[in-house]
Amino acid sequence: MGPVNTMPSLTTSPPRSDAPLLCPGHAACPGCAEPLTLRHILDVLGPDTMAVIPPSCMAIIAGPQPYSSLRIPVYQPTLEASAAAASGLRRALDAKGQHDTQVIVLAGDGGTYDIGFQCLSSAAERNENILYFCLDNEGYMNTGAQKSSSTPHYASTGSTPAGKTSRKKNLLEIMAAHGIPYAASASIGHLDDLRRKVQKAKAMRGLRLITLLIPCLDGWGLADDGALGTARAAVECGAYPLVEIEDGVRYTLNHPQRTRPVADYLALQRRYRHLSAEQTQALQAEVDEGWARLQRRVAA
Amino acid sequence: MSHDERPVLLTGNHAVAWAARLARPQVVPVYPITPQTPVLELLTDFQAEGHFDAEIITPESEHSVMSACIPASLAGVRVFTATASQGLLLMHELLHYAAGARAPIVMANVNRTVASPWAFWPDQTDSVAQRDTGWIQFYVESAQEALDTVIQAFRIAEQVLLPVMVNLDAFYVSHALEPVSVPAQARVDAYLPPFDPPQRLDTASPSGWGNVVTPDMYNRHRQELEAAMGRVPVLAAEADRDWAERTGRSWGVIERYRCDSAATVIVAMGSLCGTAREAVDALRDAGQAVGLLKLRLFRPLPAAALRAALAGVDNVVVLDRNHSPGCGGVLHQELRAALYGMPAAPRIHGYLAGVGGINVAPERIAAFVQRAQAEAPQPHSEWVR
Repeated sequence: MGPVNTMPSLTTSPPRSDAPLLCPGHAACPGCAEPLTLRHILDVLGPDTMAVIPPSCMAIIAGPQPYSSLRIPVYQPTLEASAAAASGLRRALDAKGQHDTQVIVLAGDGGTYDIGFQCLSSAAERNENILYFCLDNEGYMNTGAQKSSSTPHYASTGSTPAGKTSRKKNLLEIMAAHGIPYAASASIGHLDDLRRKVQKAKAMRGLRLITLLIPCLDGWGLADDGALGTARAAVECGAYPLVEIEDGVRYTLNHPQRTRPVADYLALQRRYRHLSAEQTQALQAEVDEGWARLQRRVAA
Repeated sequence: MSHDERPVLLTGNHAVAWAARLARPQVVPVYPITPQTPVLELLTDFQAEGHFDAEIITPESEHSVMSACIPASLAGVRVFTATASQGLLLMHELLHYAAGARAPIVMANVNRTVASPWAFWPDQTDSVAQRDTGWIQFYVESAQEALDTVIQAFRIAEQVLLPVMVNLDAFYVSHALEPVSVPAQARVDAYLPPFDPPQRLDTASPSGWGNVVTPDMYNRHRQELEAAMGRVPVLAAEADRDWAERTGRSWGVIERYRCDSAATVIVAMGSLCGTAREAVDALRDAGQAVGLLKLRLFRPLPAAALRAALAGVDNVVVLDRNHSPGCGGVLHQELRAALYGMPAAPRIHGYLAGVGGINVAPERIAAFVQRAQAEAPQPHSEWVR
């Protein structure tokens, strides 16, 4: 054996200009759709981007210190403060003349629908120039799957073991009612639509919000390779419609055909395994009702 | 030394707003609350008139105010805000967060009773209850001192990368009109260079703040925070000395008022000091060796300066306009801790005077001094009127 090689350098070489902004080696669960979703978001946005990431699955994926899986600056605020923190960051960049740098939020549904909702509503009222992504896995999955106000009706979680007794909050329409320039839903199961929406939002100013359905393998009880198929089924049955709402009034339904019953979607998930036939029918009726409302909005 | 403009009549709140304007913060998130609101309103007037070039953010709560302050500061801009009472309490989580993030935010807090029940009177419980959050804390006695301290606070904050809270008593300071000398912009600019931190949130050199750390990293971070706090008394004294050279006004980290050869020394913070001066003057006129020690810097507590200033004193009379149930007066307990183990330590008497904003007249303070001289000190604080 020859002489010992030179010590490995602790300084990394600068990334290639085409290197992905989400690095391999991150801490997401195997099979999770969230890093895949993020990779495409950042690919569209590019490196002139700063992220605000509250406690959530994404915060785990982004860390831990001294490592970062993201090649962009990240500020991790308290759980309930993402939109307020993003507002402060946005205004600081504006004060420095950096108007083109995108300030994005990557928050979970708990940090958006629940504890972070007050400051999100306020940021929307002020129409702060931020791009807010809600990575919606329909519960507090990072703490082991408890219900949030995004958890759907009848879904079983750690805090609703017999099934949730109330419906999922309609975040998109609530945010649209603020009159923000852009509110949309997207899904990694429909990639072209997702990338187009991020591109469209990137080119706009003001508060833009995109919710992204992230099927949670553990929290929803999916097969290890089930994330993408479940994401597609959610859209195809109408439980998670792909929608764009511009200026709070102009509605577009991006996947206008429903091609399968809700029961198909429920059957993929252990969190619905306890459902009675009546409950399944009730969920189908709720989805039908929501779909009809969207159709009216689109036609209006 | 050069001379400022002729003094003008300003309230403490308006003096704070003038100081903020002169310090040129670039981001000012702020939420209205009695009795702080005139600070907000004068700043927005300044902006509307084109005299204040800051990004003013008006979120839905003080919690969001402080949430916006921290990353703005970490992006490398100067940040100012102001609050009071419940607003400060609502910020509590973020006060810790700001200090942990080493964000040199400057905030004025108007000391007001905390609910419940609702009340709006001068009482320092709101801010002394934040003493463990990692904020440097000043307490001021007058509108002029409020103005000067806010400007000094930016210098100190940016030297040690810690946030600073400047506390002024509700109404006695916040709303009372006093002659205030407003320094020229050029004088403040020369004193306070633009904020240019070595590290910041920057897309040109991506790094972050807030990632999960190990116990060892957390422990070392707290030690660095403590070391930064430890530098504050010297830097605060230096900031005050430099300000005095430019304006002729010095306030000290502590102030000893007629303390020479005093056998009894009153210790207080904020507007109570103005009343205590009257009492000291009257007692001195009556031939009694009584002085006042005004504590201006409360966090970090300048324990060495307190021990030096109170060496050889027989009785220390601590006046607390705050109440920590089960503890008594916070300043009383702080003084007991600071002076513990001193050779021939003074007897320390703690009086809960003025809690809830009740008036404390000079003659009552004189009576407290007589009582302290006549009675053995108690370990607990005593309610007095």
